[in-house]
Amino acid sequence: MNYADPLYIAVAVFIVYIIISTFRIFLGPTAADRTVAFDTINTLVVASMIGLGAAMWEVLFIDIAIVYAILSFVTTLFIAKYLEEGDRG
Amino acid sequence: MEDMKEFLATFILALFVYLFLTLASGGSIIEGSILWSLEEIVFGISIALIVAAVTSHILCRSKNFRMLSPLRWLIMLVYAIPLFIEMVKANFDMAYRVITGRIEPAIVKITPDLKTDLGITILANSITLTPGTLTVEVDDEKSELYIHWIKMRDDPDEIISGRFVRWIRRFAE
Amino acid sequence: MIVITMVSVFLAISLVFNGLGVIGLHRFPDVYTRLHAATKCTTFGSIFMTFAVMTYSGGMYYWSNDAKYLNMALHTFAAMIALLITNPTGAHAIARAAHKMGVIPRYAVKDELKEAK
Repeated sequence: MNYADPLYIAVAVFIVYIIISTFRIFLGPTAADRTVAFDTINTLVVASMIGLGAAMWEVLFIDIAIVYAILSFVTTLFIAKYLEEGDRG
Repeated sequence: MEDMKEFLATFILALFVYLFLTLASGGSIIEGSILWSLEEIVFGISIALIVAAVTSHILCRSKNFRMLSPLRWLIMLVYAIPLFIEMVKANFDMAYRVITGRIEPAIVKITPDLKTDLGITILANSITLTPGTLTVEVDDEKSELYIHWIKMRDDPDEIISGRFVRWIRRFAE
Repeated sequence: MIVITMVSVFLAISLVFNGLGVIGLHRFPDVYTRLHAATKCTTFGSIFMTFAVMTYSGGMYYWSNDAKYLNMALHTFAAMIALLITNPTGAHAIARAAHKMGVIPRYAVKDELKEAK
């Protein structure tokens, strides 16, 4: 048994969670529901990137996770701004 | 004078972030005894100068330099402890609601009586992370927050924001 | 060995709460309650993921005294701060946009924001 095995298992479960959340993007009745699912997927991707970075000992993955978190936040803000003023639905 | 202060505050913040992210680039902390390599220090100072020159008018827009005192930052760190306890409670509450599906939602109004932007931002984020509440809308002028509450009860002001307001007033006002 | 046990416990907590968040995303009836589940549970779960990674790299630093492990722990701490600030703010932006779009909170007993408009 390797020391990094629990991290790999956790990342595998995270990928299953991401696939389950994707269904809400297709199902969601309003655009806001889809945005919620999108935001959840972003957080899960950041968490699994951090786990993979620690499992493979690559500090670069964690730097990219920080940048991804901030960029996804900006994307969410832009989508929310668009929903407030743009087309309804 | 104030421009200089703004510039310095932005410069120190940018340099701190850069040096934090490149800590221990000069070798081991115990044996090497150099925390940063020379290249990182020079590069960090030049990047921080550029950032401060471009964005110095954004950070301190209210012309109020109370956040320069280190005591306020210390209290902000201590504030992480009650916030974490509330987050633990919030998640067990959420687990109960997810499993049983018992909800009785409402949107209520609270008036926290905080004046600064920083205080209201921190309060709104804390409210979103604590049991059963979610900030929906902020009214800047009247300092009112509209909260989506998953299980409505009486006296929203005290239950939702009472303990946080007392903490936040210590470092953000 | 105790480090690996702690890492496993943190990872288990992280997986349980992230799973609750994902289930809540499908189980609750409208946008606002879904946001409750998604924001709180995934933020908490991801924070425990960063705790696990910090414990893991801190333990490796203790054993080997190599600065690259300490570097990883510090970067993970910065990622935790970024998550803690951006996640609730994004949720607030979505909730506000949903209310301005005209999504009605379902089963709501009271809506003081609508009365104020």
